[in-house]
Amino acid sequence: MLMRKTVQNLKVIANLRLNDDHHLLQLQAPGQLEQIYPGQFANIHVDHAQSVFLRRPFSIHSVDYQNNIISILIKGIGEGTRTLSHAPVDSDLSVIFPLGNGFTLPTSQEKVLLVGGGCGVAPLLHLAQVLSKSLHDVSILIGARSEVDLVELDQYSKYGKLYTTTEDGSHGEKGFVSEHSLFGTELEQFKRIYSCGPEPMMKAVAGKAKSKSVFCEVSLENTMACGFGVCLCCVTETTQGHKCVCTDGPVFNINQLKWQI
Amino acid sequence: MADLNTVIHNIKLKNPVLTASGTFGYGVEFDDFFDVNLLGGFIVKGTTIHPRQGNPYPRMAETPSGMLNAVGLQNGGARYFASDIYPKLIKYKTNILVNVSGSTVEEYVACAEIINELDHIAGIELNISCPNVKEGGMAFGTSCPSAAAVVMAVRKVYNKTMIVKLSPNVTDIAEIAKAAEGAGADSISLINTLLGMAINAETRRPVLSTITGGLSGPAVKPIALRMVWQVTQAVKIPIIGLGGIMNATDAIEFFLAGASAIQVGTANFIDPLVTLKIIDGIDNYLNRHKFSSISDIVGCLHL
Repeated sequence: MLMRKTVQNLKVIANLRLNDDHHLLQLQAPGQLEQIYPGQFANIHVDHAQSVFLRRPFSIHSVDYQNNIISILIKGIGEGTRTLSHAPVDSDLSVIFPLGNGFTLPTSQEKVLLVGGGCGVAPLLHLAQVLSKSLHDVSILIGARSEVDLVELDQYSKYGKLYTTTEDGSHGEKGFVSEHSLFGTELEQFKRIYSCGPEPMMKAVAGKAKSKSVFCEVSLENTMACGFGVCLCCVTETTQGHKCVCTDGPVFNINQLKWQI
Repeated sequence: MADLNTVIHNIKLKNPVLTASGTFGYGVEFDDFFDVNLLGGFIVKGTTIHPRQGNPYPRMAETPSGMLNAVGLQNGGARYFASDIYPKLIKYKTNILVNVSGSTVEEYVACAEIINELDHIAGIELNISCPNVKEGGMAFGTSCPSAAAVVMAVRKVYNKTMIVKLSPNVTDIAEIAKAAEGAGADSISLINTLLGMAINAETRRPVLSTITGGLSGPAVKPIALRMVWQVTQAVKIPIIGLGGIMNATDAIEFFLAGASAIQVGTANFIDPLVTLKIIDGIDNYLNRHKFSSISDIVGCLHL
């Protein structure tokens, strides 16, 4: 059963520092988690941060139904994300989740490609977990500026064939993620591409997918006030007019978006 | 438990807690979170006669203790509301009001006429205070003659409870309130958002696509309280107070200033359950101070 959206206090049971600015928070729910779709997100209240008034949205990075744990990948950018990065173990966080639509999963076995960049890789781990469980042929391509920015590669490689790019060539192929050789002649082997990351990266990926008519979904990020479709602040332009990234998305098929690609 | 019953003209509220238009969707968005029938009522999103796409993104900027929005009345239009949304609202057993807006007097009238046909809608809140539309909206609420004109015109076609929502972006809000009362308003709600602006110093650009937007949240509460208090002195019709109410203590302050009921707005974004906590907290306050009913504290500010 799809989990209803709820407001819950989740306990921080682990806070792992992955590198200088990335932290992984493991949050435990007091009760049984119901099904959460890959691509759904959580809106987290930030305590003790003076300039922060609204919650901060984060993709659900992975789900452990056995122990009722969701994990959140956080890159410290502003006061909100930095404060959450340092959430002490055993503290409680008020979390509204699961929110948004999630990625469309294939119904028959398919060869799929997951493309992430920067902190945008967050929802792709959960997606890879779910896809590999259904025995899809999963390839995961992750791009970063440099090797030090690539986090949790061992996690991703559990669920599919892992490829990387770095801008300085310190890991994997050198260049941008959209320049990886997978986007060459091999691209048409993939039935679906799922992408999340900085918008220019997703646009480049979407452009490649579109050129070969490969199904492609992207997960968008916008500033939000509520996260559940009532403030109408996080809209994006679609072929059907303004749609809320929080409820109509965050995942959109590239054909729905008015991107110049 | 204290008596929380409140009356706004012909509308009986089981408690004085409503939700503000534009912060509660159509109510259904909160079904997952709690039973919205527990509210005194809710006010659905601003509705106009014609569908509106609203303003381009970005529409929101977080501010110290608040936020700016520039949504611009995105809605499917009054006919869409009547045909597609209204049937989903009939299940609710609490009061539902529709916030009505427009660019011209004729648009307000046409919209109100459609809402007037909907039996399950207890009343309208006439929005003469939206700061985010190019034409109409706030322009009607910033001068006495134009406020009176639109209220009077809608009064002729709308025979249930008509609340008029005022803009704080005026020199003398009491005068506008009197004009609305004189033109046939049954109640006054205030305040809508304050016109504000946010600038990104790094890019040297405005944050909002519309440059300016409406400020809400706790940052505006002192202004809202002052205006509720001023309007209470000026009119006899009941006042509904709103502006930055985050908890029961904030709500109590509005009752003391003279509001018969309150609306919770921006706080719904941060805590979808906040209204229930406010209802409990009001009851708690009344019991603690040995008041038997909410009416015992309305306008009871010790001076």
